[in-house]
Amino acid sequence: MPKPRLLVAALLPDAVTDRAAAEFDALIHRGANDMTAAEAACAARAHAAQAILFVNTLRFDAAVIAAMPPGLRIGATCSVGFDHIDVDAARAAGVIVTNTPGVLDECTADFAFMLLLAAARRAHEYDALMRAGWGFRIGQGDMLGIRVSGQTLGLLGMGRIGRAMARRARGFGMRVLYHARHRLPPEDEEGATWFPEFRAMLPHCRFLSLHAPSTPATAGIVNAETLALLPRGAVLVNTARGGLVDEDALLAALTSGQLFAAGLDVFRDEPGYDRRFAALPNVFLTPHIGSGSVETRNAMGFRALDNIAAVLSGGAPIDPLWR
Amino acid sequence: MTKPVLLVTRRLPEAVEARAAQAFDARLNEADTPRSGADVARLAAGADAILCCPAEKLDAAAIAALPASVRAIGTFSVGFDHIDIAAAAARGIAVCNTPDVLSVATAECAMLLILAAARRAVEGERLVRAGLWTGWAPTQLIGTGVSGRRLGIFGLGRIGRELARMARGFGMTVHYLDQQRLPEALEQGAVFHASDASFLPVCDVLSLHAPGGEGTRGWLNAERIARLPRGAVVANAARGTLVDDAALIAALRSGQVAAAGLDVYNNEPALHPGYLGLENVVLLPHLGSATRETRDAMGFLVLDGIAAVLAGREPGNLVRV
Repeated sequence: MPKPRLLVAALLPDAVTDRAAAEFDALIHRGANDMTAAEAACAARAHAAQAILFVNTLRFDAAVIAAMPPGLRIGATCSVGFDHIDVDAARAAGVIVTNTPGVLDECTADFAFMLLLAAARRAHEYDALMRAGWGFRIGQGDMLGIRVSGQTLGLLGMGRIGRAMARRARGFGMRVLYHARHRLPPEDEEGATWFPEFRAMLPHCRFLSLHAPSTPATAGIVNAETLALLPRGAVLVNTARGGLVDEDALLAALTSGQLFAAGLDVFRDEPGYDRRFAALPNVFLTPHIGSGSVETRNAMGFRALDNIAAVLSGGAPIDPLWR
Repeated sequence: MTKPVLLVTRRLPEAVEARAAQAFDARLNEADTPRSGADVARLAAGADAILCCPAEKLDAAAIAALPASVRAIGTFSVGFDHIDIAAAAARGIAVCNTPDVLSVATAECAMLLILAAARRAVEGERLVRAGLWTGWAPTQLIGTGVSGRRLGIFGLGRIGRELARMARGFGMTVHYLDQQRLPEALEQGAVFHASDASFLPVCDVLSLHAPGGEGTRGWLNAERIARLPRGAVVANAARGTLVDDAALIAALRSGQVAAAGLDVYNNEPALHPGYLGLENVVLLPHLGSATRETRDAMGFLVLDGIAAVLAGREPGNLVRV
């Protein structure tokens, strides 16, 4: 029996492409960059692909879906987010679309907590000082950060990543608050305090970490008004979506001292983020690498391949974007 | 009643200076001028006590030169290598330090070093700031996972135990190497190793929390590094002398050590120039205890110790000969 035909349109870790090559009749893209939409459509038709594996560099919109070969049954994105996918168009075209939830929660929470510590402990300033050669004495009262242990952490969103963040915070003796639309069952709460109103939670939060999807209800939820509700000298961490934050308001709060610092892995525009952030000492900026560990990136790729294998063998997808 | 006179050798956090000025007739160093041991002895004329910092070497000669009025020395540090304790004791001068209060901040620093090194965070930071971020890619800046890995702690003292507690929240399993096994209540499930041979091969992440001094000088050398799993992550927020810099730099270049996070160095504030050219090291300027809360707590503790000595009581933070 011939192997099912797969196009891998993005550059993925070797362990993932090795498995794709072993299990599928796979056309694997090589090069400096991921395929463009035009390249992907052209390659998919030439290969008569039944499945396409891509990441958020490919806009899987109505035009691209229309340009795909007629035998295409599944588009699998190697990401949790699917802002780059026109779900309605895929559905109308009868193409199943899947993502890779569940495999990057721990890794992303590790990274979010790293950002929290790096922001609180002024890691950017310290690193810059070291790379410039150090060589001077820092006084006992100079360049002090703020302690994390024993403080209060507020979480916007209490899904899997939010709960993983809460577990890490408890190791630091932090009190954990969260805002989500619905209260969690006690076994998932693990002692965290639910706030039905986001605004009501903020005055208690020395640290605020965002773990909600970007939706019309959450877009710009961190803005001048909500930042002002935080205690002065608070720390913001965002590993979720840049769209949650009004960046003008964030820049103002970082400059005024309303925020002590921020740790940001996501931005409204990526990679062309607002360069005014780069001029600030009290931010720790990373290029959307919250899920960037070898183990997790492999697991994401494997999960995408699992979805493809399930669909092409006639079964149901594991992580469909709609049911 | 007149307040006792306290010489404060360097600038200290505001809250600490305010309290010093309230409880003592405090001689502050507003210009933060560096002081030698001889300076301290001269400036202490008529003082009842001295609040010093690790930068001042109070060796036997400096202690001998102190005026007879001095009855207590407090150091704004846990370490007291810079004070000749025996010479002070011989003159009837009590010495107190700041144990315990910086364990949490130092452990936080170690956890930051572990996470940032493993996840190539500072490398990513520099790339973003430099405007070199060109897009998201599944293979870009991929680091090593932390959660679920094995953490090896060399020296399970107070700071090591704080780190172990934090690491458990990340789903790490904790192993430790120490001179002797701790009681189970302190181990909290950490696995004891009596030898390098069993300890080093389980250290996906190795964090150093042993004391400095001759007994541990250059402990992390080429031979021990070779026994770590390939691609291990190393953190040092304890003492620079624990590390053989040339060996660690070679391992960071070869990939035997994937990344390292360092807060302390041999020859501070100079450091081995080999580190500066490496992308896979996170470098902090010995600020493990540098939180406002911790520095204030250190200052209050040492002021309390000095006050107790001057009142004829024995403080809990008295350094014993």
